Order: sequence, then C-alpha cells, then structure tokens
Amino acid sequence: MTWSAAARGAHQPDNTAFTQQRLPAWQPLLSAGIALPLFFCAGLAFIGLGLGLYYSSNGITELEYDYTGNPGTGNCSVCAEAGQGRAPPPTCSCAWYFSLPELFQGPVYLYYELTNFYQNNRRYGVSRDDEQLSGLPSALRQPANECAPYQFSAAGLPIAPCGAIANSLFNDSFSLWHQRQPDGPYVEVPLDRTGIAWWTDYHVKFRNPPLVNGSLALAFQGTAPPPNWPRPVYELSSDPNNTGFTNQDFVVWMRTAALPTFRKLYARIRQGNYTAGLPRGAYRVSITYNYPVRSFDGHKRLIFSSISWMGGKNPFLGIAYLVVGSLCILTGFVMLVVYIRYQDQNDEDEDEQ
Amino acid sequence: MFCSKKKLLEAERIVKANDREYNEKFQYADNCIHTSKYNLLTFLPINLFEQFQRVANAYFLFLLILQLIPEISSLTWFTTFVPLVLVITMTAVKDATDDYFRHKSDDQVNNRQSEVLIDGKLQNEKWMNVKVGDIIKLENNQFVAADLLLLSSSEPHGLCYIETAELDGETNLKVRHALSVTSELGADISRLAKFDGPDTKLMQNSGKTKFKRTSIDRLMNTLVLWIFGFLVCLGIILAIGNSIWENQVGDKFRAFVFWKEGEKNSVFSGFLTFWSYIIILNTVVPISLYVSVEVIRLGHSYFINWDRKMYYSLKATPAEARTTTLNEELGQINYVFSDKTGTLTQNIMTFKRCSINGRIYGEVHDDLGQKTDITKKKEPVDFSVNPQADRTFEFFDHRLMESIKLGDPKVHEFLRLLALCHTVMSEENSAGQLVYQVQSPDEGALVTAARNFGFIFKSRTPETITIEELGTLVTYQLLAFLDFNNIRKRMSVIVRNPEGQIKLYCKGADTILFEKLHPSNENLLTLTSDHLSEFAGEGLRTLAIAYRDLDDKYFKEWHKMLEDANTTTDERDERVAGLYEEIERDLMLLGATAVEDKLQEGVIETVTNLSLANIKIWVLTGDKQETAINIGYACNMLTDDMSDMFIIAGNTVAEVREEVRKAKENLFGQNRTFSNGHVVFEKKEQLEMNSVVQETVTGDYALVINGHSLAHALESDIKNDLLELACMCKTVVCCRVTPLQKAQVVELVKNHRNAVTLAIGDGANDVSMIKSAHIGVGISGQEGLQAVLASDYSFAQFRYLQRLLLVHGRWSYFRMCKFLCYFFYKNFAFTLVHFWFGFFCGFSAQTVYDQWFITLFNIVYTSLPVLAMGIFDQDVNDQNSMDYPQLYEPGQLNLLFNKRRFLICMAHGIYTSLALFFIPFGTFYNMAGEDGQHIADYQSFAVIIATSLVIVVSVQIALDTSYWTVINHVFIWGSIATYFSILFTMHSNGIFGIFPNQFPFVGNARHSLTQKCIWLVILLTTVASAMPVVAFRFLRVALFPTLSDQIRQWQKAQKKARPLHRRRPQTRRSSSRRSGYAFAHQEGYGELITSGKNMRAKNPPPASGLEKTLYNSTSWIENLCKKTTDTVSSFSQDKTVKL
Repeated sequence: MTWSAAARGAHQPDNTAFTQQRLPAWQPLLSAGIALPLFFCAGLAFIGLGLGLYYSSNGITELEYDYTGNPGTGNCSVCAEAGQGRAPPPTCSCAWYFSLPELFQGPVYLYYELTNFYQNNRRYGVSRDDEQLSGLPSALRQPANECAPYQFSAAGLPIAPCGAIANSLFNDSFSLWHQRQPDGPYVEVPLDRTGIAWWTDYHVKFRNPPLVNGSLALAFQGTAPPPNWPRPVYELSSDPNNTGFTNQDFVVWMRTAALPTFRKLYARIRQGNYTAGLPRGAYRVSITYNYPVRSFDGHKRLIFSSISWMGGKNPFLGIAYLVVGSLCILTGFVMLVVYIRYQDQNDEDEDEQ
Repeated sequence: MFCSKKKLLEAERIVKANDREYNEKFQYADNCIHTSKYNLLTFLPINLFEQFQRVANAYFLFLLILQLIPEISSLTWFTTFVPLVLVITMTAVKDATDDYFRHKSDDQVNNRQSEVLIDGKLQNEKWMNVKVGDIIKLENNQFVAADLLLLSSSEPHGLCYIETAELDGETNLKVRHALSVTSELGADISRLAKFDGPDTKLMQNSGKTKFKRTSIDRLMNTLVLWIFGFLVCLGIILAIGNSIWENQVGDKFRAFVFWKEGEKNSVFSGFLTFWSYIIILNTVVPISLYVSVEVIRLGHSYFINWDRKMYYSLKATPAEARTTTLNEELGQINYVFSDKTGTLTQNIMTFKRCSINGRIYGEVHDDLGQKTDITKKKEPVDFSVNPQADRTFEFFDHRLMESIKLGDPKVHEFLRLLALCHTVMSEENSAGQLVYQVQSPDEGALVTAARNFGFIFKSRTPETITIEELGTLVTYQLLAFLDFNNIRKRMSVIVRNPEGQIKLYCKGADTILFEKLHPSNENLLTLTSDHLSEFAGEGLRTLAIAYRDLDDKYFKEWHKMLEDANTTTDERDERVAGLYEEIERDLMLLGATAVEDKLQEGVIETVTNLSLANIKIWVLTGDKQETAINIGYACNMLTDDMSDMFIIAGNTVAEVREEVRKAKENLFGQNRTFSNGHVVFEKKEQLEMNSVVQETVTGDYALVINGHSLAHALESDIKNDLLELACMCKTVVCCRVTPLQKAQVVELVKNHRNAVTLAIGDGANDVSMIKSAHIGVGISGQEGLQAVLASDYSFAQFRYLQRLLLVHGRWSYFRMCKFLCYFFYKNFAFTLVHFWFGFFCGFSAQTVYDQWFITLFNIVYTSLPVLAMGIFDQDVNDQNSMDYPQLYEPGQLNLLFNKRRFLICMAHGIYTSLALFFIPFGTFYNMAGEDGQHIADYQSFAVIIATSLVIVVSVQIALDTSYWTVINHVFIWGSIATYFSILFTMHSNGIFGIFPNQFPFVGNARHSLTQKCIWLVILLTTVASAMPVVAFRFLRVALFPTLSDQIRQWQKAQKKARPLHRRRPQTRRSSSRRSGYAFAHQEGYGELITSGKNMRAKNPPPASGLEKTLYNSTSWIENLCKKTTDTVSSFSQDKTVKL
C-alpha cells in the first residue's frame, strides 16, 4: 500500500452499501422484552427436561457386582489370590449368585466395568495401528512404530494386532445361568454377543486381512500374537464372522474409553424366553477370571442394566438440567427486579425533566 | 553499512565539476532512489528471515521443531505446520505487493529526464544516472531530483526562483542566488549535482521510517507474554502431576502403560510431559491472532480508502490509509498536532472587507438591512468591464464599486495605496495576461483587489511604479522603500506622482500605525478601530492603511540623512530605523483592509467537534505569532471566553522560565509557586499533585509559545513545567517553529504524557512531526508529496480528520477490542479443556480433541465470524458517531480492551472450558448410549466436546456481534455448517479407506451425533456458557449504561426518524477588541526591489543615487537568504550553507 493507487487513479470510491459500510444489518439489542422471557422460558424448559431426565434415569434398574476378588468379597477372591503375581495368571473360575424378586425389565444389557484403568493415557492410546486393523496386508507385516514396544515379538515377528491396547485385551468371560425353580437346574440364559460393537467399527474400521487359500490362519501366518495373549487373533472365536480383527469383544476393547472408569458392553439379553427381561428367580454368573486388576488397585464389575430413551443410568444430566434451569429462573428474577427498579428510575428522571 | 558510517563522518566533500573519473574515487552515492526492499532473488530468504524475526513466528517454528521430536510430540506436526505456512504465505504475499509498488514508484522517480553535460555536450540522462559533480542544465518548471549547487542562471544576477512545494508544501517561490564567481558564466540555469540519491537533504532528513506500533499492539505483546507465563505455569503443574502420577499410579500400571526406552524415571517423564503440554496448550497463543489482526486492519484501511465522505471531488482525491497497521490507534487519539498553512488554511488569501474613511465595504446586507452571511445566492460584483480583472476574485458589496465610480477621493487613494505599496512583481504570461509574482499572499490579495477595482499595478522598475488608474496609465517615481520587518510591523513607500507631489504610503499593524497618526484623525480612528475589531472578530487578517503628504524639502533632507546613515558602518540599522520612524508619523488614516486567510472547509466544525471529543489540538506553525493567533481565533481554537492566554516569547532561558512560572502561577493560583532552585526537589510533590491540579484548574486557557522560547524550554529543566502548563491549556499554539521543533514537541507529549498523538500536515516541513507522532496524517491533493509519502493516512481536507477519528478510528478501536476479547476468550475456552482432561488421563498430554480439529479450529471453524465482526461491526452508526463526539472517550481512556478486560475474557474462557469439560464428563461417567452400546469412549468424548465448543463459541460470537450484515450471517451459519460437513467428511468411510491412520474417527460423528443425550449435553453446555454472559450484559446495560448503549437504544427506537435537532457548532463568535493584524511578509524584499536585482535585464539599469546606496551598502543577498529560508533552512542547516 505504499504507493497510492488512489493518487494516480483518482477514482471516486464506489457508492455501494458495502464500501460505505451501510450494509443493511440486523442490530439486535438485549432488551428486557427479549432477555427476561428468554430466561424464564429457558429455565422452565430446562427444569422440565431435567425432571424428565432425572426420572427416566431413576427408572432404570441396575444390578452391579464387584468381582475383583479383594479378600472377603466372595468366591472370586480365590481366583484373585491365585493370579497374584503370576503372568499369565492361571485360568480360574468363580461365580456370582443373585436372585431377582421380580422381573428385571428388558431389554437387559450386560456390561463389564473397569476402574482405575487408564485407557485414555496417551502412551497407551496411541499404541495401535489402524492400518493394520483395517486389514492392510502391508501394515500387517510392518506394524506402525506407535505400537512399540508391542511392534515386533521377541522373535522378530510382527505382532498382530500390535500395540498396548490390543495386548491388554480384556479376557474374562461370563455366562449367565437361570434357576427357574428353587433347587431346580440352572439353565443357561442365551447371551447375544453379536452387535455389541459399533456398526462402523465392525464393518469399516476393523477388517481382517484378505484370506489366504480361504484360511484366516494362513493370512496371519508370519505374525505373532501379542505377548499377553494365550492364543492368536484368528482363534479368538470359532465363529468365522467373529474372529480375527473383527472379533466383537476385541473391537469393543479397541474403542478406548475416555475416562479411567469405564463400562463396555459384553452382551445383550434378548433371546428366547428373555426378550421381556430377566424373570424372577435365582441366577448365577459363571466368571472365567483371567484379567488381573488388583496390581493397579483396579476393580472389575459386572452390571446388568436396562436402558431408557436417553441411554443408561446416570442422574448427572437430569440434575445438571435442574440446576441450570433453576439458575436461569433465579437470574431471571434478579434481572426482572433490576429492570423494574431501573425503569422506575428512568420514569422519575423523565418526570423531573 | 560501512559506507553510510563513513558518510556520517564526512566533514567536507571534494568535487571536481564535470569530472566523473575524479569524483568516482570518492565513491559518492549514486542518484538512484531505492525504497524497495527486495528483488526477485532476495525476496524469499530476506522475507522469511524477517518474518521469523517476529516473536510469534519464531515461537511457532520452535513449536514445530518440538513436535518433530517423537518423545514429546503430543500432536502431529501438521497442527502447527498448516497454520504457520498459511500465516507466512499471507504475510509474504502482502510484503511482495507492497514492494512491487515501491519498485514502481522508485522507477518513476529514477527515470525522470535531466540534461547533463557529458563530454562537453548536453545529453539527456535519467536522474538516476546523474553523478556527483555533474553539471546539469535545468529549464523552467523542471523537477529537481537531487541537491544542486546553482552555478548560474538566465535571470539577472544569477537568481533563480524555486518552488519547494514538495519539500514544505508552500507554493510561493523562494529565491536562490548563484555564487558570484560562477554567476557570470552561462545563460541558462545550470547546476552542479552536489548530493545524490540517499545523500540528498530530503533523504537525509526523512530519517529511517520508524516501525509504528499501536498501543493495542504493545498491549497485545504484553498479554502474549503473560500468556506464555501462564502456559509455562500450566505446563509445570501438569508436569508435576505427571511425575506424581507416574510414580504413584503409573508404576503399578506398567503392564499396560509401559515405559519407553530411556524414559524409566518419573521425573524425566514429567520433564518430557512439560514440553508435550507446551505443544498442546500452545493454542492459548493463537497463531492466527496476528494474521487476523492484520486482516482486520487491512479491511478497515480499505473502508477508509473507499469512504466517499472523505473523497474530495474537486481534486479527485480519496482518503488513503497508507499504513494498514494503525487503524485502531485512530480511536485513541488524545492530542492532535496540526500544521497551519495548507492544513487548517488553504494558503489562499482573499480580500474580504475594507473600511475606507469610516465606512465598511464588503458586508452584505439583506433586504431588511440586516447583516447576513455571504451566500452563493448573492450576486458578486461584476468586474467584466475591466478587461484585466482577475476572474477568480469575488466581492459581494456593490457599494464599493459605486463609490469608485462616484470618484470618492479617499477610496481612490485607498486603492492607489494598495496598488503602490507592496513588493509584488508583475509579469505577462504567454497569453498576454498580467500575472503577479507574489512573495506574500496577503499582498497578492490586496494588489489583486485593487486591480479588480480599477487600480491595476502594471509594472515596476527600481525607481518607478506604473499603475493603471481607472484606465489611465500613471507612473510614479519610487523615492524610497521602507521595508517591512517584525519590529516595525509596517511598510511604506515614498513616491512622487506625476503632479510632483511626494506621498508616503504606509500599511501595517493597526496597533503600531494608530500611534503614528496625526491627531486630527481621532474620530476616524475610533470608527476604524471599531471596524478592525469587527474584522478581527471574524478572524480576518487586518492591516491599517495610511498616507502622508510630504513636502519636497523635508523629504530631501530626510533622504540625505538616510543616505548618510546607510553609508556608515556602525549602528547602521539603528540609525536607518530611527529615520524610518521619523518620517512615518503624522499619518493620515485611510482605512483598513481585511484579508481572509481562507480556512479549509469545515475546519471550525472539525475543531469544535474534536474538542468535544476531548481531543486537544495544538497548532504548530512556522508562521509568525500574530498569524498563528489569528488563525487560532479564526478556527475557534482561541476564543474570547477563555480565561487567559499565556504568551511565551522570551529570548533567553531565564526569560522563558520566568514566563512559564508566571503562567503557572496564574493558572494554579499563588499557592503553587515554584522557584527555580527547587524544581528537582518539588518534582515528586508536583507529580503527586498533578491529579488534583487537573481537576482544580477551571476555565479555558490557551498557550502561545514561539520557536525561540520553545528551543530554550526544550533544552532545559523547564521542559516538564512547560508540558504541564501546556497540557492544562485547552489550546496550544506554537509559532515560528522549525520542522525539528515540531517533532520535538510531538515527542515531548508522546513520551511524557503517555498519550496517543496524531500529527497532521501538508508539507515537507511537517514530515518529521508526522513521523514522530503515533499517527501521521498528510494532506494530499496538493503539489507537495513529501508529507503524504511520510504519512500513515492522507486525505485532501482537514475536515476529514473528524470522520477519520470519530467514525473510522472509533469503529476500528471498537472492533479491534471486541475482536481481541473474543479471540482470547475463544482460545482459552478451546485450550484449557486439555488442562482439565490432564487430571483424568494421568497427565499424559493426551489431547481432548482430534488433531484435525485442533488444526482447523482457529483457521477454519471460528476465524471468519470473528473476522466479520472485527471488520463490519458497528455499535452506533457513522452519523451518530459524529453527532456525539463523547462516544470517542472510551478509546482515549483505553476502556474497551485493557489488562482488566483481558483478565475478564480469560476468566470467561476458563469458565467456558470448565463447562465444556465437566458437563460431558459428568454425563459420560459410566454412561451407556440409547442403544445400550457404550458411548463413553475417547473418540465420542472428543467429538462431543469439539461440537459443543464450536457451538458455544458461535453462540458467543452471535452475542458479541451487534451489527448483523449478510456477511455475518453467512460466516456464522457457514462456519457451523462447515464444521459439520468437515466433521462428517473426516469421519466418513471413504476417507478412512484411503488414510486409515490419519482419520481413525471413522463413523464417530454418525454414531455420536444421532444420540439424543449427546445433543442434550451440547444444549446444556451452550446454555450454561451463554447464560451468565447474557445476564451480565443485561444487568450492565440496565445498571451502568454507557453512552453507546443509550445511543444504540435510541437509534433503534428512532430508526426511521432523523435526529430532530442536530447540534451544529457555532461557526462565528461575537467580536471583541483585539488586533487581527497578521501579515505573511518577510523582510528583505524591499531591498531586492529597489536594487532591481530581481528584474529582467530589459528593465533600465539602476542609475539613481538612492539605488546605488542601497546596492552598495549591504550584502543584501545574505540578508535575503537568512530571512527567506524560514522553513527550508532547518533542512539545510549545515551542509548547504557551508557549501
């Protein structure tokens, strides 16, 4: 802009609304007529919403059991004791018995919960290779550097799936048994283990490498399983649609949690006689206890929960809505009082004049 | 560099004329003007080097390097790289465009043609190829693009007239005289190039262009430093947290969160985490801040360029923002320093009124006999009967013409005097028309008036003056010329008319002349002096006119004595002055003239309005005290209502000190006197009292100080007292100041008052002032370009200053402050979420957001709405900004953006970040989605917080925007739409299929944003963030409304009705008793005329004894040089005079 174009050109500036800064404009003012109704309406609406949320959250039934196995907390403590300091811990079974006095309204979801588990730690969270998991053969042989130290096995083979997240795959398993009559036999309740992962995860993000001669095992030939895994990835399940990288438990685990306490879906109960929920009666959950958490003061929990229109049980949102709504109304009143006094003053001033 | 140092030390120059080989030995600079910085090859390296010298860019480069270290890289490199490249490219493009225009202007100057004597022949040569020592032939009306030594000219006695409009904006001609040795040599003007290119007076005086910064810039830099400090604090907190966490928790968690190689120590891990967090949290110092600020300023500059209300159609000159980095400073001006000539005034003198023999001419009476203002409707006097009348001259009172026709002898004598008593030279131009060469525009006005009324000054020789009196040529013998000087304040001629009568005609200051009158004039004197007051009251420059009949004998005696006096060497001046006094007495009063030093249009209104806006206006002028005061009155800066006007005109330090002391005594009353010996001692006390004093001083005061006193005052301890005094005064007028002093005064106020200053001027003598002030404004559209070239803003008329400051300046400041508030808020809200998240992710420098979001947030998702606000926002419209100058005050007091405001924005940002983090946190704690699937995963969490953030900051900008143009709508809604479209694109299957590792968020948006509870979270976050803001704003407007709030409400209510009563500043004051005498005359011309030196050779050579006496008596040229270099001399102080 150093040499004036204008001094030479000498043109009169255009007379447009834009250049003359006269663009038609909406000039909103925060008048009482807008602000006060806004606050009261928003307040009322929020209180309404808050009540709705609060009651629907309260309406959700949850059944929770801590099976970490700290001493004196049930029969899982045996397993916990057995696994202490051993890696990999020996396979051990324990059980949780509970009874329902009435129908547990369905659909019922079975979650496991871990506490004090930092899936959101950066070093842990980046330790994965999405290319490998999406089934790229090249990435299968050459895992990303982020996976280190779970990039290559001690033998120099590429680890599949590589990285700390995969290595720490949650490997407890559960089965649910129902005793219809007292002292009757326990009947296994069918657990729907499909569809627990996100559709996109299962169908897009996680893909097995192309089969070699129709065999998944051959496709993974030349790779090593993560060190903590007792068996390779293609043997995660016998179901060909649920094994390898597309094993639903694995997919669920790989979607890392945002907070150090998290729940992950294990199964849905919606088949057979249990479509309406869990009928009254005694139940047993058989737990295959593999996963050590006591070393880091973690807890393992099992949760049966139903779902409302807004999701799982969590009173926070309802309460937060109630608080914000009440604050809106309170502020609205303060503003109203100030406004009225200010109006009076103004009127007086005008009268004086 | 070495070269220029050598030049500074250069004591003398040895130049052989016309000997290039010899001169080349000295390696004098060539005459090529270089103001450009780059060429094609050097552009990239130099520009990049310059850019990385900026702290911000260097900082981001440092961050980029940090991010390349894998151990601490918490973000991928492109989060910094992409914005940095964008920023650097934008700046580079701007720099390149600027430099391109510089190249063009350099070429234009360098390629002007000149005629140089090479190898004994005159050859055409570009000015850039002219070398030191070249002999150049100049012709009439040619540009001179180097410092030249005049060797000889075609004019008699080696005189040449130069116009210095490009130097000082004054259009009258300055006389230069060739050295007597060389003056006999040639016929045409030929000159020796003396200083070339960068060595010219002009280039040397122009000084280095200082990089000007606004106070907002400086504040911004301070704040950025604060933020750095804050950032380091956060980093340290998180690093300590990390060490503790790794030690307490992480250690048990090794099976999952392994140690990396060489990192098996929690303290070291904390150290690395510190750097990782510095990378993550760097967005509190947003990289786009500086670029956005530049863009906004550029926008404002364009609005200034485009403003039709600052376009001067007569000269086809639009306003121009030549610097694009200072706009908001225009909204914070405390002091305006204005030049007079060409800035406040048009430098056009017009004959307005006269009082002849007790009768006023020039007033226009309406039908009822009431005095009215001259309007266009009135018919001007028709001068067409007089073929030699000047067409541009207008006079509206027909009675004068009638009086002339009636043959009123006094009127005739009056006009005859005007035609005889002056220093004007006449010429015939090519069209055969009479053209006057005037040295003083006042005289030009008077002679032109006489010419139009039929007393036409035709020509002069050293001893005759020929005028045409109503059609008859009459030649008067010029017997003596009693020249003007500052003490005499009058000039006289003694002429013998064809009838043989000797008459003395005198014009001068009324105060002086009235004392010289014959006692018989008493009645007329009272009447005339009433008229003079009236003229003065209107701000006109007045002269009293008188004559005296002399008898032959008396004159001869007197003339003899004068000759004697002139031949003596000792006390010559005193004796001559005494003789002048002797003959200029018993004068008969004829009347008075009133000449208007025509103010530029709208000056009075502008001055009044700016004063209402609490802007102090100081006039700094090279003019005389009387002229300056006169103009002060004319533009309402000085009024009779003022309690006192202090005039400081002492010639020594002691005098000045005494005068300042007296003025202060007067101002503060007796209780606050100070003695010289105790100045230092009392200084502290004074400072403490300052605030009290400023309130206790009541009434308006004015200060007039002249250049001499100023020089003393600026160099001594009086400086602070003077400043204190001056700042108490409503108006300050500095007269007879040199360009350097102008700059010094500006610097004084700038440095000691902590005030924002603006200097406005039109000539090269204002350049230093324009450069030293925070903002320099040049008056463009005139011939001189120097002021404009040095200025930051230029426009054609002083009155546009009002619009520049009150509208553009105020808006710029208002917008910039809003922009900065929002920008800092936004980035705090954006970044601090990472800090809160740190407490829940083991202080592992995990980001909350997707890295793409971090990359794009500042430059794509949120940049345009805030830019639109920064460019287009208005609180009140331009008309109201002008009508209510008080609206300007928040800028002067720095209210809209200061450290307190920044802390508020920061607190607001922190609050928002808390809401943004903890509401989703609470909700997601052990939460399942509505389909029963888990949704509390990291990626969903990131998407929800990012979406909430975008919506919250968009709501905030919507609340901040007070002027929603279409563009604002498009940008705000468009940004949100862009966010969602980019979000869905990046989370789409397709892009994941191509880059699985870069876009791992596949399916996230789809999954998360279809859940009701997530929208409930976003809604809650938005309301929780916005609600307190709305409430605070409402309460603030209700309880403590600002003027702007009130006007906005009123503006809204009256949108259709125009303001009922616009306050028009009063343009005229009541008259008062004071002298309106002012005259632009300079001493020395009398001698020039009587010697005939400035007359063509065809005129008869000087013969009379009188002339000879004068010619021999003094080296008048020296005198002349001394006196005419009023303004130029300071430019040439040393070198030219020596040479």
